[in-house]
Amino acid sequence: MQTFHGMTPLIDHLNALAGGLFIVAALGIVATRQVRACLKFFIFQSISLAASAFLLGARPFSVHLMAVGVINLVTKVIFLPWLLGRLVREEVYTRREINQVLSIPASLLLALLLTVAAYFFCLPWLKAAHIMGAPRINLPVGLAGLLLGAYTLANRREAVPQLLGLLAMENGAFFAGIAIAPDLPLIAEVALAFDLLVFIFVVGVLTRAVHERVGTTAVGALNSLREEGHQ
Amino acid sequence: MILLAIVTIPLAVAVLSAFFRSQRLASAMTFMAAVAILGLSAGAALNVITSPNHLLVAIPHWLALDALSAVILLLVAVVNLTAALFSMGYMHFRDPGGVRRYYLNYNLFVFSMLLVPLIQEPSLVWVAVELTTVFSVLLVGFEDTQEALEAAWKYVVLTIMGAAIALFGFLMLYWAARQADVPHHTWSGLLAVAPQMSPVLLKAAFVFILVGLGAKIGLVPLHTWLPDAHSQAPTPVCALLSGVETTTVLYVILRLLPVVSQAPAIHAHTWILAFGLISVGTAAFLLINVRDYKRLFAFSTVEHMGIIMAAAGLGGASAHAAAMLQIIAHSFTKSFCFYTAGGLLLEMRTRDISSVRGLIRREPFTASALLLGGLAIAGAPPFALFLSEFSVLRAGLNRGQYLAAGLLVIFIAIAFSAIMNHISRMVFGPDEGGGSLRSGSLPLSCKITLIIAAIPVIVLGIYIPGALQKLIALAAAVIGG
Repeated sequence: MQTFHGMTPLIDHLNALAGGLFIVAALGIVATRQVRACLKFFIFQSISLAASAFLLGARPFSVHLMAVGVINLVTKVIFLPWLLGRLVREEVYTRREINQVLSIPASLLLALLLTVAAYFFCLPWLKAAHIMGAPRINLPVGLAGLLLGAYTLANRREAVPQLLGLLAMENGAFFAGIAIAPDLPLIAEVALAFDLLVFIFVVGVLTRAVHERVGTTAVGALNSLREEGHQ
Repeated sequence: MILLAIVTIPLAVAVLSAFFRSQRLASAMTFMAAVAILGLSAGAALNVITSPNHLLVAIPHWLALDALSAVILLLVAVVNLTAALFSMGYMHFRDPGGVRRYYLNYNLFVFSMLLVPLIQEPSLVWVAVELTTVFSVLLVGFEDTQEALEAAWKYVVLTIMGAAIALFGFLMLYWAARQADVPHHTWSGLLAVAPQMSPVLLKAAFVFILVGLGAKIGLVPLHTWLPDAHSQAPTPVCALLSGVETTTVLYVILRLLPVVSQAPAIHAHTWILAFGLISVGTAAFLLINVRDYKRLFAFSTVEHMGIIMAAAGLGGASAHAAAMLQIIAHSFTKSFCFYTAGGLLLEMRTRDISSVRGLIRREPFTASALLLGGLAIAGAPPFALFLSEFSVLRAGLNRGQYLAAGLLVIFIAIAFSAIMNHISRMVFGPDEGGGSLRSGSLPLSCKITLIIAAIPVIVLGIYIPGALQKLIALAAAVIGG
C-alpha cells in the first residue's frame, strides 16, 4: 500500500474524522425542522470542510489548500450568517418546518441509503485512479454530501433550508475537490469564492423579495406558474 | 487585446450604470457598448477565419478564441445589441431605481456570457457558467410579482443544483487530466491528453457535467424551470436567456465532446443523442397545451436545444455543421420571437394566447412579425431553421441512424403543427368580444429592434455569407468529425 505524499497516519485519521463530521452535519441539515438549527449544521459542515483542507494541506504544505480552507471559513462561516441575518427577518429563522415532503425518520433512512450508495459509486473510480490516501475518504464523503444536499432541496420547502441545501451540495463537491484537485489554479479558487459570495447575496435578496411580496418563505408551496399538464 | 476589450466593456458599463443616476445615460451607454462589442467580436471572428491556425490568443492558456467559441461570441454580441435596443423602449416607463438595477444586472449578465466562450481553463468556465445564472436571477425576478419571484426561485434552485453536480464533474475531469499529466489544464490540453485519461474517470466526469449543465440548458427532465423563467423575465432578458444563454452552456458540452469521444467505451454521442431526443419529444407534446405565448416560445427553446444535442450526438462532420447552423439560426430566430412577444405584451397587456385573436386586423405590424417569427421558429421553409433541421435529418439518414431521424421527424412535425396552430389563431382567428382589451402602443426603439432582428431571420434561410459558412465549417471541425 503506497502512502500518499507525506501523509502521516495521524493526519489520515484526523481527516477521516473530519469526513465523518461532514456527513453528520449533512444528515443534520436533512433531519432538523428549525431553520436556525439547519444553519448551524451547515456552518458545522463548512468548518469540517475547512478542517479537512487544512489537514490535507499541512504536509506537504500547500498554499492552495490553505487558501481553500480560509476562503471557506470566511464565506460560509462568517459572511453567510451575517448576510442572511441582515437580509432575512428574524421570524424566518425561528420557524419550524412541519410540512416536509417526507417524515424525518423516512428522510434519515433514505439519506443513509444515499450515503452508502455514494460509497459504492466511488469504488470503481478509486480503483481506476490507483490512488490511496486522501481521495479514498474525501471522494465518497464528497459525493454523499452532494447527494444529501440534493435530497435536502427535494424535501425542504422553506427558502433558507433550500439555499443551505444548494450550498451543502457545493460543499460536497469541494470536499471531494480538495483531495482530487488540490492544485486547482489559485485564480479558479478566488473566482469560485467570488461566485459564492455573489450567489449568497443574490439568493438572500431574492428570499427577502419573496418574503415581502408573497408573505411567506415556503417557496415549495408556490405554484401559480404550473399550467401545462395540470388542466 | 481585442478579447480583453470585449470582456472589459460590459464590466465597465455595469459599474458606470450603477454610479450614474441618469437612466437615459445608462441605456445609451449599454447600447453603444453593445455596438462596440459586436464590432470587436466580428473583427475577432474574421481574425480567426483568416489566421493560419484559426486561433486568436489573448492570454496564453487562459483567454483565447477559436472557431467554435467565435460562433458563440458572435451570437451573444448580436442578441446583446438587439436586446439593448429593445430595452430602451421597454424600460422607458419604469422607476429610475429599477432601471439602474436593471442595467447593472444586464451588463453583468452579458459580461458573464461573453466570458464562457473565451475562457480556456475548464474550471473557470464553470465559474463563468454559474455567474450567468447568478447575474440573471434578479433580472428574471425583476417585475417583482409573485409569478416572477417564483420563476426566479425555481430558476436559481434548479440551475445551481445542476451547477453543483457539474462542479463535481469538472473536479473529476481535473483529476483524470492530472493523472494523465496534462501540462496545462485547458480545453486544448485536455484534448491532447484525452487518450491517456482513465476512461472510467472521464466517463464519470462527463455524465456529471452533462446532467449538471443539462439543467441549465433546459434538457428534460430538469427543464421545468425554463418556461417559467424564460416567460416571466422582462422581454430583452427573455431574448438573451432563450436566444443565447442556453446555447452558451450547450457550447461547454460541445467543447467536451471531442475529448470524451476519444474513449469509445464512454459512448458520449449516444448519451447526447438520447438526452436530445427525450427533450425534443417532451417539448413537442408540451407545446400542444400551452396557454401563454411567451411560454410557447420558451418550450420551443427546450425543443431546439434537444434538436441541437441530437444533431451533435449523431456525429460526423455534416451533422456537426448542421448543429452549428441550428445554433446560429435558433439564436436569431428565438430572440426575434421574444421581441415580438414583448411587443405584443406591451400592446395587448396579456400573455394569454386565447385572449389574442384576429391580431392582423388590429395590429398589422406586430401580427406580421408574429407570423414571421412563428413560421421561422417552427422550421417552415425557406427559413434557416428549416435548412438546418433538414441537414440534421439528412446527416442522420447518411449515418444509418434511422430510428433517431424518424423520431426527430415526428417530434418536429408535432411541434410545428402545435406552434402554428397557436400562432395562426392569434393572428387570423375570429375576434370575438375583442376590443375590450386595452391596447398600448409600441415604442419606436422596439419597432426598430423588430425590423433589425428580422433581417438575419429572413436572410439566413436564403443566403449564408461565405465568411459565416467558413466559420461554421471550422467550428464543426473543432467539435470533431
